[in-house]
Amino acid sequence: MHEKTHEPLIHITKRAFLEPWKALIVRICAVLLALLTAGLFIVLLTGLNPLEVYAEMFKGSFSTNRKFWILLQKTAMLLCIALAVTPAFKMKFWNLGAEGQVLAGGLACTACMFYLKDSLPNWLLILIMIAASVLSGIIWAIIPAFFKANWNTNETLFTLMMNYAAIQLVSFCIAKWVPNGSGVLPILNSSTKAGWLPTLFEKQYFLNVLIVAVITVVMYVYLKYSKHGYELSVVGESQNTAKYIGINVKKIILRTVALSGAICGVSGFLLVSGTGHTISTGLAGGNGFTAILVSWLAKFNPFIMVLTSLLISFLQRGASQIASSYQMDDSISDIVTGIILFFIIGCEFFINYKINFRKKEDK
Amino acid sequence: MLTTLAHFISASIIQGTPLLYGAVGEILTEKSGNLNLGIPGIMYVGGISGIISGYIYERSTQAPNPYLCIIITLLSALIGSALMSLIYSFLTITLRANQNVTGLALTTFGIGIGNFFGGSLLGFFGDSGSIALNATGAAYKASLPFASKLGLFGETFLSFGFLTYVAVVVAIIASYIINKTKVGLNLRAVGESPATADAAGINVTLYKYVSTVVGGAIAGLGGLYFVFDYIGGTWTNNGFGDRGWLAVAIVIFALWKPKSAIFSSYLFGGLYICCVYIPGLTNSDKELIKMAPYIVTIVVLILTSIKKKRENLPPASLGLSYFREER
Amino acid sequence: MATAAIELKNICKRFGSIIANNGINLSVYNGEILSLLGENGSGKTTLMNMISGIYFPDEGHIFINGEEVFIRSPKDAFKYKIGMIHQHFKLVDVFSAAENIALGIESKERFNLKKAIEDVKAICDRYGFEIEPEKKIYEMSVSEKQTVEILKVLYRGADILILDEPTAVLTPQEAQKLFAVLRKMKEDGKSIIIITHKLHEVLSLSDRVSVLRKGQYIGTVKTSETNEAELTEMMVGRKIELNIERTEPVEPVKRLEIRNINCKNREGVQMLSNINFDAYSGEILGIAGIAGSGQKELLEAIAGLQHLESGEIFYNNPKNGKAENLRDKTPLQIKELGVRLSFVPEDRLGMGLVGNMDIIDNMMLRSYRKGKSLFVQRKKPRNLAEKVINDLEVVTPGPTTPVRRLSGGNVQKVLVGREIAAAPTVLMVAYPVRGLDINSSYLIYNILNEQKQKGVAIIFVGEDLDVLLELCDKILVIGSGSITGIVDAKTATKEEIGLLMTKSNGGASNA
Repeated sequence: MHEKTHEPLIHITKRAFLEPWKALIVRICAVLLALLTAGLFIVLLTGLNPLEVYAEMFKGSFSTNRKFWILLQKTAMLLCIALAVTPAFKMKFWNLGAEGQVLAGGLACTACMFYLKDSLPNWLLILIMIAASVLSGIIWAIIPAFFKANWNTNETLFTLMMNYAAIQLVSFCIAKWVPNGSGVLPILNSSTKAGWLPTLFEKQYFLNVLIVAVITVVMYVYLKYSKHGYELSVVGESQNTAKYIGINVKKIILRTVALSGAICGVSGFLLVSGTGHTISTGLAGGNGFTAILVSWLAKFNPFIMVLTSLLISFLQRGASQIASSYQMDDSISDIVTGIILFFIIGCEFFINYKINFRKKEDK
Repeated sequence: MLTTLAHFISASIIQGTPLLYGAVGEILTEKSGNLNLGIPGIMYVGGISGIISGYIYERSTQAPNPYLCIIITLLSALIGSALMSLIYSFLTITLRANQNVTGLALTTFGIGIGNFFGGSLLGFFGDSGSIALNATGAAYKASLPFASKLGLFGETFLSFGFLTYVAVVVAIIASYIINKTKVGLNLRAVGESPATADAAGINVTLYKYVSTVVGGAIAGLGGLYFVFDYIGGTWTNNGFGDRGWLAVAIVIFALWKPKSAIFSSYLFGGLYICCVYIPGLTNSDKELIKMAPYIVTIVVLILTSIKKKRENLPPASLGLSYFREER
Repeated sequence: MATAAIELKNICKRFGSIIANNGINLSVYNGEILSLLGENGSGKTTLMNMISGIYFPDEGHIFINGEEVFIRSPKDAFKYKIGMIHQHFKLVDVFSAAENIALGIESKERFNLKKAIEDVKAICDRYGFEIEPEKKIYEMSVSEKQTVEILKVLYRGADILILDEPTAVLTPQEAQKLFAVLRKMKEDGKSIIIITHKLHEVLSLSDRVSVLRKGQYIGTVKTSETNEAELTEMMVGRKIELNIERTEPVEPVKRLEIRNINCKNREGVQMLSNINFDAYSGEILGIAGIAGSGQKELLEAIAGLQHLESGEIFYNNPKNGKAENLRDKTPLQIKELGVRLSFVPEDRLGMGLVGNMDIIDNMMLRSYRKGKSLFVQRKKPRNLAEKVINDLEVVTPGPTTPVRRLSGGNVQKVLVGREIAAAPTVLMVAYPVRGLDINSSYLIYNILNEQKQKGVAIIFVGEDLDVLLELCDKILVIGSGSITGIVDAKTATKEEIGLLMTKSNGGASNA
């Protein structure tokens, strides 16, 4: 009456633990496989030989001094936003709103430049700009955090919506400031350079890179050695334990997300005052989302984030190089990024789970 | 005045249709507990798949057959977007990867695919100029021949291309399946409590895969509608804009109900376009009005979380992967 | 002899290094009620989950009506007409009863909820259930939910029913109703396995009893040929001489006074009713009881983690002689009052420790706030970690190893080590030796005795009655949230406590 059934062919169980070096090998294999797949994709499109493809990609970042500095600048900006989202993520608060928080910061900064012009000494103006950026970033981040802490409102969707509210706010301000309806705000104060972050060592991006480097170290220390960092890790790991030792969980959520917003605000400041000297809705350029991946891939370690953001920036620059050499669209870099991410995201499975194949032979 | 209103309604429907496809697709996906933030990318891929196949077909023949134009592009859009959701499904369901991260990566990837092929398609074939698939565009835009003769009513409600009506039909069918059939009951159970569904003998993995892939394919039609019906068979990089995220917002606004999504999509479409119809608005006012959909979505999100009325909350397991032997 | 409806042979299941089931044999016949008896953690639920397709056994064979089968999923289990009513109900909250019952049914007919409702009503009439099929689960009481679970299984035509502690959440009246239904099913020729701790239920309901202890199969007896004493012995084991040293209490002073406390859990079920007792310094007060009788809530109430409906908790501060009321204070407020309260919770990695943090960071959980510095001081915690590793013989690669990677016994040593390092005046420990080997267990007993010598008031929630009898000074027995007795550990017997533990709720103590 009953059909004969067999033991399942594949049986998946959760791993208790995988040695770090084995996990590292899995991840390296994933990156290599991803590079291979991305290379194959480009080879199929261009008909180049694979080695040339990689050589060309390398050129995208290292062939000239200028390209190298662009790589550094791109890496720094991506890294800065990744550092911003990290404390919130470590606390398991899914802040998908970095894009909006960066815009909010950038907008406040632009507003200062637009209205104050050169009425103040430059150092004072820049200080005011930093304060305004940080404050706006905090406001944009703390709204969803407030509702999360009190009513457990879904922060993933909330922060996502805040991004587009910010985009529209920027469009609104640009339309206010540029009466001709072009929707493009020209570079501000280009003659007086008021509110421009100074150029050091004749390198425009030197100060940006330096500031982000400082934030990286500070963030590492904050997460690893400060009481705040310790508290947010406990809350992220187990709210039960946090309550058991008397941590006020709501307070920690608000404080940590505010910090996240503040650094996003700084990123906005750097992108306006230190880079473009103007604002558009594409200020963050999708980095708000890519940063989440950078932070997640680095397992929230700021120093490893330097490597992951460098890897992604390098690939994007390399892909752009190929695109321009072979008259293809620049968006190929997004495709390559996507491929890399899929592989690294997927490889986590092999670190957390074990696949057992059927032991017994069928009877 | 009446004419303006009629034009406004018709424009709202046109703006709302791609959103409706995206929202219904995402509702179907989320009902299984998968939060697919890759929807914006999938919609781009839906659009570009149609463009690529349509371009190859129109290039191969002197007189493109409108029916073939539609069949070819429709099928490729469905396949393209289904493949995209298959990537998402494999990573999140089989490999149990984090849904947020996977979805965001998929969006990056999908928008990249759209813009890349949109920008380099002509180059691959050694052509120059810009993409203009007039025959296919016209085929999609074709409306009932007698619509224009029915005066204002015909112009307002009957003058659209067929995909506009298909969107409504798809939403109604989705609503019927989710609420009235056994498959829908099982699907909702999977999204609410996969462990319960599993214990009841439902194949959780299969349900998640099918609803995510079908949902993705439906969302892809939104992109297809946009490139052929709305802009008539052309492609502009990033032309689709943030409509994908607006579709995700509608899912929340419509409280995960496909029928409410019909109205919500047209409402959001109306909010998107209304500034054109209100006289005396400055450019900046228009931008502020465009913020409205996001703000109302946030308000809905807050209110539902405070009220905690069980029927209005997201599917309980949304965003979590399921592993039977979890202890 | 007839073929068993279901027979298990040599079933083994491991979770990582924990052996949940080891070589279990079991059989149930048609028209029979079998009780599966065992203490918490003896592997009953794991075993049943393998019959219902939730887990897959590592070793062993399952036979249905004499034929070997592989149950790979709940779907397979249905195919063999097996239905399980889980202790934690598997119901979709936003669905109605009828929708839950119809869930996952495969039939060729068109889906028709109305017909399902009629079918459900027919089953209800047959067995005497009362239920509103269109009521939503989240609006239902616990016993209604359980009824839905049972209906779900019957609707699928199950012939083998497994009930995991079905009476744990029911009032005595509801339990009697359930038993009547189960007897009716038995008359219908169904096989029923009921997991329980309650001896009187076993004796009044079942035909045979199988006993598990610590993942091992102990044996099966006919109910008509056994009695409470024999079953208790099978369940808890023979009296074993442990040779735990029991020192005399040192100048006992009333440290904690618990007065009439009542509390409910999140579902609104009464977890503690009118609890009254005192804990003295220099004494070990044991708390015995079936798992889930309110032990957790009691300790958490004292630690400031559980909201009380009524009652007071007084702490007599030895420093200034003041009596502080700890009711509704947070753990931090309790600490700020100068109350040195240490608590080793039952859920070691989910509450007492952070699994992904290393030993040093776990040592600081209680003490990291000290000082005005913005940064945490890891020097003292490191010294403490090294001291604990040394003194308690924690087996670990080093103090920077995440505690998740340590074995159960070593995790516990880290937790206990931290809690006693705070020089407590009250020390509460919940199941401190669960999952520990003999040596580690003795180490813990010795620590508790040392603390007792130092004048600490110790509250020890345990499950092994031999240990409680040899280690504690007094034993408080708790049953269904009420105190069923307080006995002197030097004179009490195991049987006496066992009977107090299984005393039915709704009895004299609850009135």
